[in-house]
This record gives sequence, C-alpha cells and structure tokens, in this order.
Amino acid sequence: MAHEPAPSLYAAQEPVFPRKVKGFYRTFKWWIMAVTLGIYYLTPWIRWDRGPNLPDQAVLVDMANRRFYFFWIEIWSHEFYFVAGLLIMAGLGLFLFTSALGRVWCGYTCPQTVWTDLFILVERWIEGDRNARVRLWKGKWTARKWRLRITKWTIWLVIAMATGGAWVFYFADAPTLLRDLVTLSAHPAANITILILTLTTFIFGGFMREQVCIYMCPWPRIQAAMMDPDTITVAYREWRGEPRGKKRDGTAGDCIDCMACVNVCPVGIDIRDGQQMECITCALCIDACDDVMARIGKPRGLIDYLALSDEEAERAGAQPRPLWQHVLRLRTIIYTAMWAAIGLGLVYALFIRSDIELTVSPVRNPTFVLQSDGSIRNIYDVRLRNKLGDDRQFHLSLISDDILRIELEGLGRELAIDVPANETILQRVYVTARPQDPAASRNSTPLRLWVEDLGSGDKASWDTIFNGRESQ
Amino acid sequence: MADRKVDEETGVDTTGHSWDGIQELNNPLPRWWLWTFYLTIIWGIGYTIAYPAWPMVSGATAGVLGWSARGTVANDIAEHDGQNANLVTALLQADMTTLPENADLNRYAVARGGAVFRAQCSQCHGSGAAGATGYPNLLDDDWLWGGEMEQIIYSVTHGIRNEVDPDAHWSQMPAFGDIFTKEETAATVEYLVSLSSSEFDATLAEEGATLFLDNCAACHGDNAMGDRAVGAPNLADAIWLYGGDREALTYSVENARFGVMPAWGQRLSEEDVRAVSAYVHALGGGE
Repeated sequence: MAHEPAPSLYAAQEPVFPRKVKGFYRTFKWWIMAVTLGIYYLTPWIRWDRGPNLPDQAVLVDMANRRFYFFWIEIWSHEFYFVAGLLIMAGLGLFLFTSALGRVWCGYTCPQTVWTDLFILVERWIEGDRNARVRLWKGKWTARKWRLRITKWTIWLVIAMATGGAWVFYFADAPTLLRDLVTLSAHPAANITILILTLTTFIFGGFMREQVCIYMCPWPRIQAAMMDPDTITVAYREWRGEPRGKKRDGTAGDCIDCMACVNVCPVGIDIRDGQQMECITCALCIDACDDVMARIGKPRGLIDYLALSDEEAERAGAQPRPLWQHVLRLRTIIYTAMWAAIGLGLVYALFIRSDIELTVSPVRNPTFVLQSDGSIRNIYDVRLRNKLGDDRQFHLSLISDDILRIELEGLGRELAIDVPANETILQRVYVTARPQDPAASRNSTPLRLWVEDLGSGDKASWDTIFNGRESQ
Repeated sequence: MADRKVDEETGVDTTGHSWDGIQELNNPLPRWWLWTFYLTIIWGIGYTIAYPAWPMVSGATAGVLGWSARGTVANDIAEHDGQNANLVTALLQADMTTLPENADLNRYAVARGGAVFRAQCSQCHGSGAAGATGYPNLLDDDWLWGGEMEQIIYSVTHGIRNEVDPDAHWSQMPAFGDIFTKEETAATVEYLVSLSSSEFDATLAEEGATLFLDNCAACHGDNAMGDRAVGAPNLADAIWLYGGDREALTYSVENARFGVMPAWGQRLSEEDVRAVSAYVHALGGGE
C-alpha cells in the first residue's frame, strides 16, 4: 500500500467555473434577477407626497427622527412591533416555502445568489465561457490576463459600489444624498456604509461565492430541518439514470455521464450524488440535463424538481403523487395559517391606528399631593402625539364616576393644547379631588383621560387611577 | 507526516487521532477561514496598540490614538452645549415671569432644571420634590417664601438662613419652651389644632387664641395665615412641615424648628438657577 500523507486540516477553495446554460429555469432566474435588482436600485427614487412637513420619499428609514415611511404607511418608533411582525412573517414565509419547495429562497432570491449570478454574467462576458475561464485561470499572468482580470474587477467594483450606494439611499433623501455624495460633502456614515457594502459585495459576489453559502450562512443548516420527503426539490432520478455511461447494450441508464449538470453548477457539486448541504437548488442542472436529453432523444426530467418520496415511488414502478398532495399537507397548512394570522393581525392593527395618541404615566413619587385646603391632587405625565402632517389643537377631558377636577400645568383650566405636526409633547396634568369628595379619601378611583382633535374629531383615551388619602 | 487514514464507515479522512477506538474525522476547514482567524489576531494586536488596553502597574496603556471613553463623553457634552448655546442665551435674557409662554424655551428650561434638581436638590426635597418632615414639599400650593417665579429664583439664589449669603431669607422663631408654661403651650397647641380640625377642647383653644394673639400673631398673622415676608408658615391650612398632631406641635412651639438651605447662586450658574426655578415653578404649585 502506497504511503499517502495525511490530508491537511485546512482545505483550499476549489475554483468553480459555471458553464453557460439556457432553459426554462435560467430564463426564470434572469427575470427574477431583473425584478429584484430593479426593486432594490429604484425604490429609493420613488416619490410620495406627504405634505410640506414630511419627506416625500416613498420608502425611507429616517433614523434621526425615528420614523419609517412606506408609501402611505408611517411607522413611529413606538410602533416597531409592525416591523417585528413583518420579520416574523418573513421567517414563517421562509419556513413555508422551504417545506413546500425546498431552498427556493437560496436558489432564486437570496442576494448572495442574485449578485453572484450577476458577477458570473460579467465574468463570462469578459473572459468567455467555462473552458476559456479555466484556461485563463491556469495560464500565466500575461498582459492579456491582466487586462481581462482588471476589466472584470473594475466592472464588479462599479456594480458593488452601486449596491452600497443604493443601500444608503433608503436612509436619507435620495436626491439630496446623491448630490452630497457627488460633491464629496456627504455624512461620513454614508461614505463608510458605501465602502463596507462595496467591499462585501465585491468580495462575496466575486471571490467567496459558494463559500458564503457553505461556510458562512446558517440557512442551509436551518432549512434542512424544514424539508422532508414530500418537499419538492431539485433531485436526480437515479432509477432512470443509472448505470450511467455510454454503453449501448441496452443495460445503460439515461445518464450519459456528460457532466453538463456538474459544469453548470455554481456551487461545484454533483447533483447525482444525492441531496447535499451545498445545493442551493438553483435548478440550472435541470436546464443543462434537459438540453442533453433533448439532443439524445430521451424524455426530459432526468434531473428535475421532484419529491424524494416520488423518486422512490417511481423506482418501484408506482405513479408519483400529484403535486398538490405534496404541497398541501399539515405542515404547510400550519405555516400558512400562522403566516396569515400574523398578517391579518398587522393589517387590523394598522387600520385601528389613530392619528392622535396619548400615553399617560401617573406620577407615583409621591402617590398624591396634599394641597393647603386639604384637597388631594394626583399628577400625570401625559404624552400627546400628533401623527398628522399639520399642527393640531388637542382637547383634554376626564371621565370618572366621582367628582374630579382636571387642570393643566401652565394652562390651568384651559384644556386645549397646541401640538405641532409630527411631534410628541409632554404635558403635566393635575387631577384634584376636594376634601369632601369621596375620591379624596378613597384608596383609588378609576378615571379615563380623553384627548380629542377638535379639527378632525379623532379621539384617543387612556384609563388610569386616582389615588386618595387611603392609598398611603 | 503521518500516513493518510480513512474511516471505513463514512469514507472521510481521519486525523489519525484515536481514543478507545473512537477516531477523529477530518472534515477540513476552509483555508480562508484560517486566514480570517489570523487576520483577527493581527487586528486585535493593532487594536490594543491604537486603543487603551494593556494593564500596567498604574492604569493601562493609553493607546496611540489617544482615545478615551471620558474624552468621548466630554466631546458629546461640549457638542450638546454648543447645540444648546442659543437656548442658554435666550434663557439668560428671558423675562422669567413670562417664560411659560415661550413653549420651546420653557421646555428646555424645565428639562434642564429637572436635571439640576435631581443632582442638587433631591437630597433634601426628594427625587419627586415631595419633601419630607422639615423639608418643604414643592408640589403643593403652600409656600413659605412665595411661589411666584421671581420669589422662587430669589430663594434658590440666596437660600434660607445660611451664613454665607447676607441676602438669604432669614427669620427665626423663639423657643417658647423658655417663655410659656406647660399649660400655656398646651393651650396654644389646642388653638392651632382647632384651626384645621374639628376635634378639639373649645375652652382650652379659646385660652390658646389669646396667647396666640399676644405672642405669635406678629409673625403668623392674626388669623394664623402666616406671612411670606418673614417666612412664617400658614398654620390654618392642611399642610404641616413638622407634623400637625399635638405632640409634634408641642415640640415645635417649645423648641422652634426651622430649616436651612444653601445659597445656590454661589454654586450654580445663572442659567442653572433660572432653569431649576422654572422646573420648581412647573411642578404644580407655581403661582
């Protein structure tokens, strides 16, 4: 037995040179790339009129003022649960799609996949298809190689910079920020963000590629737990393809071992080895194999979207179960129900939202104040929020079963407060019970504070407690 | 180098390590990951040179960038002060009696005053300004020296009965323990109780009323309503600084209790005095 040295504990990256491929899934992926990148690059430039006091950018994360604008929806920082709800929906949606259709997120819409696809497109355009690229990679660093490499890297850098550049436009007024960026007067945070995102896009899309998916991303591990034998995924019909080879004695399977599926794979695996952690289910091997099958006059679908349970059924000569039976099963129904429940809850919460709000913090240090005439006063810090685009006058009032008197700091018995557009103001409110009133001596008396915008008629209320002498 | 060994079960290379027949498989880490690890070490070393890090005998290395957390705070404060410079100027020039009409400036003054109050005043008056026995409650409508803005500013600036500011409010009640007999004290106390309570000995209180008129009314007023000019408390209202039961009143009459407050004008900046006065005025009792 020959003595082979033990392999290193560290493995070098195996370069992958995906070959060009044409077909249904490739075309579908081009469309998805165009739409997702289009949304990403163009969204910040959509304008949306919100009146004179608010930004006119349709989608804007306004960190400085703690607002999130999404077309007609405006999320304040205290309403962040909407964003949390959307994130939960995104998570559940990912579970749903993964359990039904495998890693479609990875294969079609993940930014890493989309940008890598774009970078490979540029690479192929500059350096040629797979064989030319392999030759170039193996060849010496001639002037031509330098020229091609530098051209490619330059275009990558431009795309990367546009990527980082588009990101910052979501956080500030896009036209203003673009002007500042061009005149080099933009805030350092914008420049640093662009620099970081340019570098990560350049490195991840140009050089790391499948390494990001295999070693850096947690999703492959998590998504594997979402899949089961009913999940529709990219698989090889082993019963049909094996034994592979070019034998013509009638015993050979359909697979002619042309390696087309391996050559087009962006992560450099062989789908015929079965389900693998590295596979992002981009479906390009399906296109490649279908092309070959058509040329040798065999039916398409040697490599295809299929459920692993069907592969076994077909092997045994049985009919595969219909698609809807794979997709509609308890697991996917539960995911869909949870997803929809949260979605409906968010929509409901969005519709019952008032344009004016109040929150009341009773001052409990001390619990009450004894006035010189023996009456008992409670103090409340009331925050009044005007979410409308113009200044409003709010009217405060109090409802209780007992006699209580409301006054405002600085305004006395005048209960109208001016609240500027898009602002929250703090108003100190005094509620007083005369010595002879029951509320003055009782432990606690419930009361409700109302705020009304006299202009629009919008109302909001808050229930709280009045502490009497016995509360001490 | 050791020979290559392959685990028969999995077909994966082993490291050659074996414990009780359990072999360690070798699924190699990507080499770039190793480089990243080395890079973080180099970064870490650079970081400890650039920033304060290595503990020495006294203190730690300062770092070549000269950064410090304290310096950052100082910069933030300076920046903040710069942003508020206009408000401070406006506060210093403002007519304090009409301050609440200027909503923005008032908000700034009250917020700033709240910070000053919690740092300087809360030790005696309490963090909620509710006071304690002997330390006036600033939330109510009862004032010893007046609750108008200018009066509050005066009290804050010069303080009460301190030795350092000649303009400090000053008044002192005699200790009637040396002047009254026990019976006279008891009668006076009964009269004081009668002013704000319905349960009292009418005969005794009537006797006390005479004693009060002769001895106390000069400062506390004929109706015991007090006199803010001399800081004499209103004895006819519901509020007692040292307690309103007979025992506490007897002690007060016999020993004459009073408090002391520093002259904050000597310790705080003018804008802080104005701000804390605005804050106290806006607590609920401001007049």
